[in-house]
Order: sequence, then C-alpha cells, then structure tokens
Amino acid sequence: MSPPPTASALREQQAYVAAQAADARVNVELDTGDMTLNIGPQHPATHGTLRIACQLDGEQVISAEPLMGYMHRGYEKLCEVRTYPQCTTLINRIDWLGSFANEVPFILAAEQLMGVEAPPRAQWIRTILFELSRIANVSLFLGDMGVQVGALTPVFFAFRDRERVLNQIEEVTGGRFHPNFDRIGGLKDDIPRGWIAETHAVMAKMRGFCDEMEDLLMGNEIFQTRCRSVGVIPGDVALSYGLSGANLRASGVDWDLRRDANPGLAWDQVDWRVWTHPDGDSFARYWVRLQETREATKIVDQLLDGIPSGPIMAKVPRIIKVPAGEAYVSTENPLGEMGYYVVSKGGLGPFRVKIRTPSFSNISVVPWVMRGTYVPDIITILGSLYFILGDIDR
Amino acid sequence: MTGALGLAYWAETSIKLGVALIVIPTAALMLGYLFLLKMMAFMQSRLGPQDVGPYGTLQLIADAVKFLQKEDIHPAVADRRVFRAAPVVVLASSFLLFVVLPTGPDAVVENLDTGIFYAMAVSSLSVLGVLMAGWASANKYALLGGLRAAGQLIAYELPLILAVMGVVIQADSLNLQEIVRAQAEGEIFGFGLIGNPFILTQFIGFLIFMISAQAELTQTPFDMPVAETELVGGFHVEYTGFRFLLFFMAEVATAFAFSALATVMFLGGWWIPGFDFNAPVLNVLGPVVMLVKILVVAFIIFWIRFTYPRLREDQLQKFAWKVLIPLSLANIVVTGIFKVVL
Repeated sequence: MSPPPTASALREQQAYVAAQAADARVNVELDTGDMTLNIGPQHPATHGTLRIACQLDGEQVISAEPLMGYMHRGYEKLCEVRTYPQCTTLINRIDWLGSFANEVPFILAAEQLMGVEAPPRAQWIRTILFELSRIANVSLFLGDMGVQVGALTPVFFAFRDRERVLNQIEEVTGGRFHPNFDRIGGLKDDIPRGWIAETHAVMAKMRGFCDEMEDLLMGNEIFQTRCRSVGVIPGDVALSYGLSGANLRASGVDWDLRRDANPGLAWDQVDWRVWTHPDGDSFARYWVRLQETREATKIVDQLLDGIPSGPIMAKVPRIIKVPAGEAYVSTENPLGEMGYYVVSKGGLGPFRVKIRTPSFSNISVVPWVMRGTYVPDIITILGSLYFILGDIDR
Repeated sequence: MTGALGLAYWAETSIKLGVALIVIPTAALMLGYLFLLKMMAFMQSRLGPQDVGPYGTLQLIADAVKFLQKEDIHPAVADRRVFRAAPVVVLASSFLLFVVLPTGPDAVVENLDTGIFYAMAVSSLSVLGVLMAGWASANKYALLGGLRAAGQLIAYELPLILAVMGVVIQADSLNLQEIVRAQAEGEIFGFGLIGNPFILTQFIGFLIFMISAQAELTQTPFDMPVAETELVGGFHVEYTGFRFLLFFMAEVATAFAFSALATVMFLGGWWIPGFDFNAPVLNVLGPVVMLVKILVVAFIIFWIRFTYPRLREDQLQKFAWKVLIPLSLANIVVTGIFKVVL
C-alpha cells in the first residue's frame, strides 16, 4: 500500500521562505546583477515549445513568466469552417497523448444541442476508452517525471507499458494516437471479439507498472528530497488560478468532474474513489497521478465486466444539422477540466467553439509558484504540473 | 640509463607512450560500449546498438567518425582561445591520471613515490577545463554548469582526499605500488592467503571514495554540471564535433581511471593471491586482473548512474559537508588509533 501523505509541507515551506529571506539580506550586501535565463522554446523540459523567461539571482528565481503561442494552430477558428463530424479530427490533436478524451466533451455538447442521447452500450465503451486514454496519458507522465529529476530509466518503462494500452485503443478504433472514433449519437464501431479479456490482462499489467514506479521512483530518497515541499501550491491559490485535475486534487481540494458533474457517461455505475493529497507540492502531484492511474485501471476492469448489450449508435440523421443554441460541456480529462462551449446557428458546423483546456490554466500558476525556487526546481515543478503543449496553445 | 625492463631510456619511454596512447582510447571505447550503450540499453528494456559490427561493437567508432566530419562551430562571442583549449585540458587531466596506475610489478608508466598525491592533484585539473569551457562559451547554460562544477569540486575533493588518507595511513606509503604491496603482504587476523584488500578494513573509506568519485566524474546523482534536462548539457552545450568528442572521451576515460584507482587502493590492485609479489609473469597477468576489477567497479559507477535521480546543488553541498566530510574524518581518526595500538 502507498505511504500515507504527510502534512508537514506547510511548515517546511515557511522555513524555506525564512531561509530565502535570510539569503536575500545577504544578497543586498553582496549585490550582484540579475541574469535573464530564457528556458525554451527549444528546451527538453518544456515538452515542446513553451518558453519561460526567468530572472535569476545566481541560481535562484526572482521571477518566471511563461510565454506561449509558439505552437498556436487556431483550432477554435478552424472548427468554425468545418462540419461537426469533421471537428473531431482537429480536436483529437489538442492533448495528443489522450486523444479520445478530447473528443468526448465536444461530442457530448453537440448531442446536448441536438437532444440526442447515446445508447447505454456506447456510453460504457466511451467511458472505457476515455479511461484507457487517461492511463496512456498519465503513465507517460509517471515515467517522464523521472527524466525531469535526472533518472533516465523510468521513462523507457513507461513507453514500454503505455504501448500495451495504445494497442488496446488501436484494436477498437484503428488509431494509436488519434482514434477519431466518437460519433454524435454513439460510436463508429463495436468492440472486437476477445478484446475484453485482453484489456483485463493489460489492466493487470498497468497496475504492475504503477507498483514498479512506486518502488523505483516514488520510494527513492533522492526523488523525495527533490520533490517534497518544492513548488507548494495551497488549495486556495490553486482554486484562484483555475487549476484543475490532479494538480488541484494534489492541493487537497476534493474536486473531480467525473463524480461531481457526470455529463452522461458511465462513471456513476462503478465503484471508485477520488484521491487527494494535502501537501500541494511536486511530490503530491506525482502521488495523486499514480493513485489515479491505478484507480482508472480498476474503473476499466469494472466497466468491462458490465457492458450492457444493445445498439452502438442512436438514431441520428445522415446529415447532421445541429439546431440553434449553445451548450458548455466539460469533462475530467487526463490533464484536468476540458470544456467546449459550442454555439450553433443551425448550420452544418458550429458558429463558434471556445475550448477550455486544462494545461492553459494549470500553467498560469507558474509565476506564483516559481518565485524563490532554484533553477533545477523550475524543471521539476514544470514536470509535476504536467502540461501538453498542444493543450496550452491549441 | 636503463629502466626496469632493461631498455634504453628513449625506448622505454616510447613504449610507455605508445601503450598510454592505445590504452586510454581503448578504455574509453570499452566502457562506452559496454556500459553506456549496452548495459544502459538492457536496463531500460532496449536493445542498444545492433548494426555496426558484431552486436554493435563498432558503434562508437562510427560515432567518432561522424563527430570528425562535423563542422567545428565557435559561438560568435566566445573567447576563442580558451574555448578551444578547454576540452584539451579536460582530456589531458585524464591522460595524466594513467601515468601512475600500476598494472604489474614493472608494468607502470612512472612509479612515483607520491603517486596518490599526484593522482588526486591531476584529477582536479579537469574541473579547470570545465570552468574554462563554461566561461568561454558565452552561454548562460554553460556558465551555470561551470559554476556548479566549481562548487562541486570544492565540496567533493575534500572527502575524496580524506577517504584516501585512511588507505595511506594503513599502507604507510603514498606510492601506489607500495599500497598494492601492503595489501598483498598484509594479513587478516593471521590469515594471509588473499592478502588484505583494504576494502575490508577501509570499507567506509571505500564508500566515501566511490561517492566522491561519482561526484568528481559528474555521474548521475551528482551530475548537476551536465544536467541534460535542466542545463541541456551544461558546460559542453556549445561544443560540436571533435571537441565534444574530446569531452566525451575524457568523461569515460576518467571513469576508467578512477575505477583503476579504487581497484589499486581498495581491491588489491593487480596482485593475484598465491603469486610472489615480484613474479615477472604478473606483468602479463596483472593487467588482466586489473581490467576485470576495473570493470566491476565501473559497473557499479554506471549502475548507479542509470538508476538514481539527480540531487539539487544545495542538497549536494549539504550532503558533502554534513555527512561525508565528518564521516571521513572519523574514519581517519579510527584508522589512526588502530595503527598506533596494533
């Protein structure tokens, strides 16, 4: 069983701040100029093209500002000139590690506007694929966090085991990364024969992977000294910056859209729990994600055993026209709350789509949390906040 | 003037020079292939190089050829002369280390009476090269890497030397050859068949030596000067082609040299139990025994490198000053007491 979370982080943070203040007093006497360090857009720790402009005093961060937009692809505008079924192809590519989860809220918003509800079988399979993409997404984080603190090996284990989940997604949808499988009113296809047993086996493997990461990385003393009481985000700060997902739960806020605002998927049919951690530091964020991955495998296992029979598609017209109106649907995606605000004027495509991506809000806390930390901490905090560049810039 | 082999001075010198010039690149290649490529790959559930030569053995040679073909780029604002000299300084330091390493009763390039002292001194030179590289690159990442390397040197040179002190006290000599002899002719409670490898009596010293060597070599728990995910390579971020190759070779060759030092001081060196200390056949068998022991020690170094995350600079300083240095001082005191009493 995993170690219980400790609540000493706040005290440590206060000691840390006091030490910083003492350092600052010394620095006034030995005044040296500040240095601007530009991290990114080409930097291995930014997972793509995020740029962080830091003011440094020695190795200590005075201010850090995330600058984004290097990968802006204009998806909101592009959605306006496409029909509803065509939009999912684009939306897939927002958070490219958990693609199927991106499609679901958009399709749900469109269904809500049309007054269509997917048949129960489609809802269950949707939920299974949703959780599978969560596992595929977060398991990569579990290994990648090792790279951020300097351990090269865990990420290769993560890539190896994530492949098993991707194989399962591929077997149903035909696509490893970009399934484009969700349809308004249901799903494109049913699951293939033998898939349920295979997925059970994969879920057991993924639980093994979680145990392995717990042993290999989370139990490591150096990992703990690097991550504990580093980058502490208290619950109220997390809420005021609009953090969501595991980042918020790691700050002790018990908030999960899967439980709180289930928009018509099968999460309320199974027995699972929401994990929170009171500390709010980098370690807590890793810990919460690890527990959630394990929890997701249990959700998938339960759902697999209870898939109802019936059709996979509801009755929808061949050419989809969405009646005028507006809808906002958000779900608990691997990275946090992902929502689509869809405005329809009754045409073939949406009039306006506003995409609320979790990483964009999660990264907004960077200037607050980085102040006073050291250069190596920038990397671990960024790593533990876990963002996908496509999800920030979209 | 004749040396140990009965040859003229110039002949012996040129043989030694030739051996040194062959040994160091070969050592770097061997460690690089065995550990950096293959062992790392197996630990990470990969296969490693497969295609160049049998089992990919020639991969590093192919890499070297690739590096030679690359353009030699200097940053526009770099201090060109220092920038060019830095990798040579680093490599020279690891070349100089090989001078005193004994591999047989006569198979040693130069049997200095202050061997250990010399080895410790020249091994610190590499940090000078790292600082030069960090400063001359005119790059903030490189500068941060160089500064970290300097901080690390001050913190870790001390426990390294203090750990060696225990061995020196026990062997009564700074001469590496004499240290091997002390281990070969020593005995443990009257049982002298395997001599007395100092790893048994100086186990704490061995641990401290290995930890400090890990920091000295900037291997993973202490690789902040390089820190690929933060400083994207640190001091050698601006180097390309052949100059980068020199840094790489120096890193691996120094790992080899430090493993050899550990072997000589703690694992009994080249001596084989049951042989006379001056038996001429040990000039041939000694290097083989040394190599096996060196590979074992290097395996540990690289094993730790692939397993552990990296510490932060301030945590490393704390560890060095609060744990390693007091521990090594205590080790010296205890060794001294035993030396006087027994």
